[in-house]
Amino acid sequence: MTISNLKEGADLKGVQPDGPLAQKWDSYKAKAKVVNPANKRKYTVLVIGTGLAGASAAASLAELGYKVKAFCIQDSPRRAHSIAAQGGINAAKNYQNDGDSIWRLFYDTIKGGDYRSRESNVHRLAQVSVSIIDQCVAQGVPFARDYGGLLSNRSFGGSLVSRTFYARGQTGQQLLLGAYGAMMRQVDAGKVELLTHREMLDLVTVDGQAKGVIIRNLKTGEMESYAGDAVLLCTGGYGNVYYLSTNAMNSNVTAAWRCHRRGAYFANPCFTQIHPTCIPVSGDYQSKLTLMSESLRNDGRVWVPKTQELAARVRKGEVKPSDIAEEDRDYYLERRYPTFGNLVPRDVASRNAKYVCDEGRGVGESGLAVYLDFAEAINRLGMSVVKDRYDNLFEMYERITGENPYHTPMRIFPAVHYTMGGLWVDYNLMTTVPGLYALGEANFSDHGANRLGASALMQGLADGYFVIPYTIGDYLAGAKPVDIKDTDSAPFREARAGIEAQVQKLMNVKGTKTVTEFHRELGLKMWDYVGMSRSEAGLKQILTEIPKLREEFWQNVRIPGTENGWNKNLEFALRVADFLELGELMARDALVREESCGGHFREEYQTEDGEALRNDEKYAYAAAWEFTGNPSEPVLHKEQLEFENVQLAQRSYK
Amino acid sequence: MSKMNLTLKIWRQASANAPGAMETYPLADVSEHMSFLEMLDVLNEKLIKEGKEPVEFDYDCREGICGTCGLVINGVAHGPRKLTATCQLHMREFKNGDTITIEPWRANAFPVIKDLVVDRTAFDRIVAKGGYVSVNTGSARDANETPIGKEDADKAFDAATCISCGACVAACPNASASLFVSAKVSQYTYLPQGHPERERRVLKMVSQMDDEGFGNCSNHGECEAVCPKGISIQNIAIMRREYVKAALKTGSAIV
Ligand SMILES: Cc1cc2nc3c(=O)[nH]c(=O)nc-3n(C[C@H](O)[C@H](O)[C@H](O)COP(=O)(O)OP(=O)(O)OC[C@H]3O[C@@H](n4cnc5c(N)ncnc54)[C@H](O)[C@@H]3O)c2cc1C
Repeated sequence: MTISNLKEGADLKGVQPDGPLAQKWDSYKAKAKVVNPANKRKYTVLVIGTGLAGASAAASLAELGYKVKAFCIQDSPRRAHSIAAQGGINAAKNYQNDGDSIWRLFYDTIKGGDYRSRESNVHRLAQVSVSIIDQCVAQGVPFARDYGGLLSNRSFGGSLVSRTFYARGQTGQQLLLGAYGAMMRQVDAGKVELLTHREMLDLVTVDGQAKGVIIRNLKTGEMESYAGDAVLLCTGGYGNVYYLSTNAMNSNVTAAWRCHRRGAYFANPCFTQIHPTCIPVSGDYQSKLTLMSESLRNDGRVWVPKTQELAARVRKGEVKPSDIAEEDRDYYLERRYPTFGNLVPRDVASRNAKYVCDEGRGVGESGLAVYLDFAEAINRLGMSVVKDRYDNLFEMYERITGENPYHTPMRIFPAVHYTMGGLWVDYNLMTTVPGLYALGEANFSDHGANRLGASALMQGLADGYFVIPYTIGDYLAGAKPVDIKDTDSAPFREARAGIEAQVQKLMNVKGTKTVTEFHRELGLKMWDYVGMSRSEAGLKQILTEIPKLREEFWQNVRIPGTENGWNKNLEFALRVADFLELGELMARDALVREESCGGHFREEYQTEDGEALRNDEKYAYAAAWEFTGNPSEPVLHKEQLEFENVQLAQRSYK
Repeated sequence: MSKMNLTLKIWRQASANAPGAMETYPLADVSEHMSFLEMLDVLNEKLIKEGKEPVEFDYDCREGICGTCGLVINGVAHGPRKLTATCQLHMREFKNGDTITIEPWRANAFPVIKDLVVDRTAFDRIVAKGGYVSVNTGSARDANETPIGKEDADKAFDAATCISCGACVAACPNASASLFVSAKVSQYTYLPQGHPERERRVLKMVSQMDDEGFGNCSNHGECEAVCPKGISIQNIAIMRREYVKAALKTGSAIV
């Protein structure tokens, strides 16, 4: 082991239902305990987050009769980050008669995740995918249809069948509005209490079990306490640890991180997905990055100038891309991967863009961009076909950059997009804290080291509509309902006092650097050392830098205004404080995993021609980290992944 | 890259009940590539460094889809570029030396929280009254059992793209929420799934809209002009038709 102070604890084992893979979920459901219908209303479930995972869970649990309280940061549940998903949602419906099946979706997901996810969870996901589409259509989600009136599908990366359902480029929006509507119906029925503009800042445990939350009211600044029999964390991903990402600005790790501090293990934090086609950074004022759909790679060709000299002249504006002759261009994806060409998976495309820019062949003012060129497609297909396929994306590009992609190639660069890691959960989606569940992007369960396109929406809705309604009953049937007045008891008072003290401490620093400056600095370090490619030396370096930055933050941050009432800088400061701890854990996780797999690329572990080199013998495990009180000394627990149904193989896209 | 020097006139209001006023801030070296909100970020970083309170404004996705942002820029909701939410507006729409006024959405039903941030929870309360199809999880039939013609599916989609930003209310001289409500009503009018609850839906949503203090629609069309998603006022005509039919059928406008 290269890191000397690594502490290891006992291996973890998730409960596994009996029987062969395809029957596990049915066998689980047959044996799970259920709460008597008359008793359900005695149980309160606290749902934190109202994205696809949270809204679908809140609606479904309320329909069953549980009392639900749902919380979100935004003014309306419908603004959760899920709203921004563009491309689509997978389901093994096999409406296209092209050979899709639950098995194939299961297999593609395991392989796409580079064999670092749990077979039983992934198989269940593939099984319930089918019901998700039925449910959403019944809700009136306007999926794309063909002239016969039936549902239409498109293809996505990493799969040989056409199983992606979509609603133009706004699939996430339409799915979320469906789930939000279902939840609002329960609000009207009095079964869901909706608490918006609220941010969870701590978990309250009693005898080691999750029994409540401490929430900051973002409008008034007041701390509020809520007791419940179970807490569902549906708080999304932590990509914003990199400062710049395609995530919404309010996406954060705080709820998950504070649960981690209260005993929930954090799994595979270093597994992040970097999406190859985003609009490049244009200046240091940049606040977020915009995704350009993966579908563009069907017709766009990726290239950079062949030589550094030519690239330098392009960057200075002396040469226009359209003036560069064919023989002076390097279509590097087509050259290196003749079979898949421009359609290699996300991680491979991103890494190669980085390589050519590192070689000094990048374009754009900063040199951190490559071309995505449609000239050939326009010649081959004609302008009207290209317009039909991509006009809305081209328009968005033009709005942001001021350049017209019909005339000059797009400039693109990879950006942080999704986090596969998250709170460790078992088959029930329960974390290591009894009564605390994690759903959607907030958990680690289904995507291994790399997520396939159109699978996050599927997972969020699977967890919320079809998994948690069963698994929560199994837990609650054995628990006595909490007394709601418990929020005056010692565990609540102590947790609340702790958070109030933290807020006070932050407000009192009165330093000289803004929250954004700290966040940006952390993000740059994370991008450089724990980004598209990672090395032992770099990771060791950042492991010394983050604790220093964290210390400086607590001594020198400046938060304007007061803690009473609306204060966006204070909200962000609390989140950045947690990112400064998470970042260190991500680097440590990346350092310990001495292999390359999926989105995790360690420079020391690659094949002769530069491809990721997995080490199944030593690293076919999920790394679940336990918080010990000191963010620099977490304890590693391994969940060994057992592959009984698929054969582990090296991915190849040559 | 061209840089601009601007004069910003911004509405400042400490809280819902405090009086507000316009304040003036000069801002130099604004890049044409910045988004409008990034320009405000730059102003805020400067204010914080000077020991002043930053301007509060709301945002989240910054991709024009979550509907959180919304500013009245030079008197126009979401600013000068058509079909563009505030977060997608870029500074190349402005020029060196410009004075830009920035105000919050103004409507009784959208009280100011602070500065440019308003409370739009009234929209959620309207949706709770019927902006959905009542179907419990697990009770759905196979998704392809009911074919829906592409034309109807597309029309339903066009209505469903509303992002609930509230620009329609801000632009309307009567602060009516008709465009917002009618978009939801239309979506379910075009889809067979919406039909069983057709009458209840329109009556209850319209009644809640009135209770929230939104004004009446008197066909100004300002809402359509500022809508970043291009929601058509045709939807309002559909909502009216549905409302009259429902009211006649149930014998009353109140259910
Ligand atoms: C630009 C973009 C495009 C994408 N396109 C696709 C696609 O085409 N297909 C696909 O499958 N996936 C896609 N994804 C991924 C997918 O959108 C997300 O993984 C998924 O929507 C996450 O859903 P969620 O419910 O887990 O969390 P989110 O939707 O992120 O919701 C999180 C919720 O938690 C709340 N919250 C967070 N912290 C707190 C707290 N402390 N207290 C209270 N509330 C809190 C928030 O307010 C919010 O309501 C895309 C992602 C991006 C960024």
